[in-house]
Amino acid sequence: MTAAAPLGKDLLGLEPLSGEQITLILDTAEPFKEISERAIKKVPTLRGSTVVNLFFENSTRTRVSFEFAEKRLSADTVNVAASASSVSKGETLVDTARNLEAMRIDMVVMRHPSSGAAAFLAERIESNVINAGDGTHEHPTQGLLDLLTLRDHFNKIEGLRVCICGDVLHSRVARSNIWGLRKLGAEVAVCGPRSLLPSAIDEMGVTVFSRIEDAIEWSDALNVLRLQLERMTSGYIPSLREYNRYFGVTRERLERAPRDVLILHPGPMNRGVEIDSDVADGPHSVILPQVTNGVAVRMAVLYLLSGGRPEMAEAAKTGKSGGAA
Amino acid sequence: MTEHTETILDANAVERTLRRMAGEIVEANGGTDNLIIVGIQRRGVQLADRIVALINASDGVTVPRGALDITLYRDDLQTIGPRPVVGATDIPGAIDGSTVVIVDDVLFTGRTIRAALDELADFGRPARIELAVLIDRGGRELPIQPDVVGRKVEARPGDRVDVLVEDLDGRSAVVLVSKRFE
Repeated sequence: MTAAAPLGKDLLGLEPLSGEQITLILDTAEPFKEISERAIKKVPTLRGSTVVNLFFENSTRTRVSFEFAEKRLSADTVNVAASASSVSKGETLVDTARNLEAMRIDMVVMRHPSSGAAAFLAERIESNVINAGDGTHEHPTQGLLDLLTLRDHFNKIEGLRVCICGDVLHSRVARSNIWGLRKLGAEVAVCGPRSLLPSAIDEMGVTVFSRIEDAIEWSDALNVLRLQLERMTSGYIPSLREYNRYFGVTRERLERAPRDVLILHPGPMNRGVEIDSDVADGPHSVILPQVTNGVAVRMAVLYLLSGGRPEMAEAAKTGKSGGAA
Repeated sequence: MTEHTETILDANAVERTLRRMAGEIVEANGGTDNLIIVGIQRRGVQLADRIVALINASDGVTVPRGALDITLYRDDLQTIGPRPVVGATDIPGAIDGSTVVIVDDVLFTGRTIRAALDELADFGRPARIELAVLIDRGGRELPIQPDVVGRKVEARPGDRVDVLVEDLDGRSAVVLVSKRFE
């Protein structure tokens, strides 16, 4: 009945996972939802484990969500922000991580501006690595919380039509969503200006819509991405106003759809650009349930990656260390 | 080495035993006021459901029934690793001041009950916590004793006591599985 390391050592993305593993994470997240509804929002599961949140890019919601997940599992947590760390003094990523590891940590949650940084780190340290977003590659826990939110609403993922709208080019959220949704049997489309779609998007097995009206008509759910203004150094779109006019998700457009379309957004929103306020706050928006699910999904991932070290049982038996058993 | 299987309780015996346990729970508490029956996932929940139904049949009162999954309170995560399936925990209302009867299928080392006590404490402060088990097979590793016991079984350390329930196993019985060198 036990299986050590059902996900392996690290969570680097949804691409390397099987559909069964993704479903296991979603199923495990279910009971974790209840913990956040308790008066005492804490279980002792990760007591004594140390988790480092290593953030080389600004993030509030993802970091806070991970921190809540870690603390509700009783882990000890440390936040390291790149701007305040020795990284700004020229230390390499591996040196930073090895120094943290020398202080006996168990897990690293990392966000990094370079695609592949999490995999690079995972190969070089013994601690579990959880990718909290690497460049434009993947943001697996966001993909998982989107899947959980869709499953909560539709009771299934298989056969759903989900369209990812907007800035797919810069979006690791889009990539994790596409992998996760397709592995669980959903139909996936993307919609956005051609300048904001990756050139090889067709190879990911998705439908491409160039008109948001067509995308809305096709979809059961829209995952509206944030226009990543800070990553756009030049000329991807003529203006925000024009973007809103042609690609904005507005109430008028949704009202013309043949069915109610569920609205997801990974946040933070640019209200009035990719999404209008009355959609974001409307009856079909699950933007806040996404945030709630984020904590549960991250608790599930931390739990499934943790423990399972038989050598600690041996050490406990021979009295060499105070093992948990 | 062969597996030797012996039926300790058949479906009728399980029913009779649970009826007696339900009676003892109500008698020991002088009625059903403030009583909450909490089953431990998974088979303790099925047994708790049946005890609640038996109390209803005899006393005409539906006692609140909760479920406790103690997976996240285990003391062997670091060594054995995560149990892939974590069940639901559902405690009906506030437990402060009430009498909580924990129901489990088999009492062995007592570690599950230790974890259940820790978890219950996170939900409040019951006036009293009692333990009812269908089978007590001995072999305790902690100072924990049941208040209501269905049947005591002499089982050796390598033996297994399986409690089968309708919903999960298709039949109701208690089976002792022992390995023997022939």
